[in-house]
Amino acid sequence: MYEVRFHGRGGQGAVTAANILAVAAFNQGYHVQAFPNFGVERRGAPVEAYVRMDSAPIEIREQVYTPDAVVVLDPSLMEVVDVARGLKEGGVIIINSAKKPEEFNFPGYKVATVDATEIAVRNRLGSREAPIVNTAILGAYARAVGNVDIEYVVTAVRNEAPVKKEENAKAAREAYEATVLGW
Amino acid sequence: MKKVLKGNEALAYAAKLARPGVVAAYPITPSTTFPEKISEFVANGELDAEFIPVESEHSAMSACIGAAATGVRTVTATASQGLALMHEVLFIASGMRLPIVLAIGNRALSAPINIWCDHQDTISQRDTGWLQFYAESNQEALDLMLIAFKVAEDKRVLLPAMVGIDAFVLTHTMEPVDVPEQGEVDDFLGEYRPEHAYLDPERPITQGSFGYPEHYMEFKYGQWLAMEKAKRVIDEVFEEFARRFGRKYSKISTFGVEDADVVLITMGSMSGTAKEAIRKMREDGLKVGLIKLTVYRPFPKEEMVEAVKNAKVVCVLDRNVSFGFGGAVYGELAAVLNNLPERPKVYDFIIGLGGRDVTRDDIRTVAEMGLKAANGESIPEINWVNVDKEAVEKSEGVMR
Repeated sequence: MYEVRFHGRGGQGAVTAANILAVAAFNQGYHVQAFPNFGVERRGAPVEAYVRMDSAPIEIREQVYTPDAVVVLDPSLMEVVDVARGLKEGGVIIINSAKKPEEFNFPGYKVATVDATEIAVRNRLGSREAPIVNTAILGAYARAVGNVDIEYVVTAVRNEAPVKKEENAKAAREAYEATVLGW
Repeated sequence: MKKVLKGNEALAYAAKLARPGVVAAYPITPSTTFPEKISEFVANGELDAEFIPVESEHSAMSACIGAAATGVRTVTATASQGLALMHEVLFIASGMRLPIVLAIGNRALSAPINIWCDHQDTISQRDTGWLQFYAESNQEALDLMLIAFKVAEDKRVLLPAMVGIDAFVLTHTMEPVDVPEQGEVDDFLGEYRPEHAYLDPERPITQGSFGYPEHYMEFKYGQWLAMEKAKRVIDEVFEEFARRFGRKYSKISTFGVEDADVVLITMGSMSGTAKEAIRKMREDGLKVGLIKLTVYRPFPKEEMVEAVKNAKVVCVLDRNVSFGFGGAVYGELAAVLNNLPERPKVYDFIIGLGGRDVTRDDIRTVAEMGLKAANGESIPEINWVNVDKEAVEKSEGVMR
């Protein structure tokens, strides 16, 4: 079982990102489960969403407490939320940031960064003030974690994105290339 | 074809596949995406049904009753306060023997305001004369909806049915669901052609009329018999469903009960978590088993007695509470065991109200209490799991 937690702000598409990752993983052959941190979806408020993937059917229904990886859509969240909460030792933290991984202090964890905001803006996803980074960050997930192939991610993004399908797919692929691994 | 779907979408696909003539609905969290999806199906031409957006849940059920009385297949969905508002008309649907199917996103009742999961809403409608099914997964949500139509419409039953799926834990969770082909469902359900009372200008009749003391009880006895007969019909429909779709359901499913000292009983989504917890406990040498209750009305008395008879202790995990007594399933299980010469001890565990997470650790805590009782230790009959009792007792004391 591999568990992923997404951190975003209401309106950034963290829940959609979790759902798209689940579809990509399912198409690759995993059993999957994706769910939001229920009932807290207010614009701008911290939001969490979760994905489980496994080679066996998933029966467990409790919330995700000890993820294997976390994805941070908005780095400003790290001032108010402990994004490493419960993260398994050696777990992966993927951060939307122009900074290098070594500029973050997460001892015992693997940090990867990608400037998903820049990629989203360049692909005209959302506005400069409120870029939609959820599809780009999935490209970074594919690169940093490696258990879901970028081709499945790109296909799922294209199929599931409600608008600007090609731009979203392109953003995911560009983020995959641009991700900086800190290990 | 397998799709990754949310629980409400699975319910909506099932509703669409049943080809209802009328869907009347009023949205309420966490059920809202059901009517959304249905209206989308109707708007884009995938579903040829009359979608009636009404002004309340009471009206939704009333419109379904009116539509069903004209002889069309009807379906709706609601949750929590919405189901409570439907309460009085639920009796009319069952009393008029209208096989309406109602999908529920099982949610707590106010106050305090809470949109999350427990079973208080449907348990509170226990005595309205509706069949009740509870799903563990989104696949079960879809399948049990189709099964509910078939059972409800059976000439031997003719009772309405509700299918409960846990708020958010299923309604908003995406997972793979095998969605049957339209043709397969058409063959399974058949065209709905009611032969019983329905309104037809060519054949004028009265429905829902006055029932004097000379007749009222016979109507109620008829509903009682229909519910009794539903036990067998449900088994038959489960069999047929398995033959056609390859997925086998039963009123109760057991997991490791044969040699268990302690048997847990669950309904809904926590059943999967319980299975995981029990697998681990078995590895640790603890003899714990599980009964998942899928059909709550009619209550599967015979199957339940058979499944628990060898256990020393039964722990019922109730995601509901009847204040001043205990959980509903606990009370009913204790009642059906009453006349057995030898029977297990039964304890109640109130758990997961208002969306409090039910974890593997919680399940283990319950099982370990049961094991204590099995070893002769004294434990309370009614237990509240994972509650800050001290804080509440202190403040309730201040109020006195």
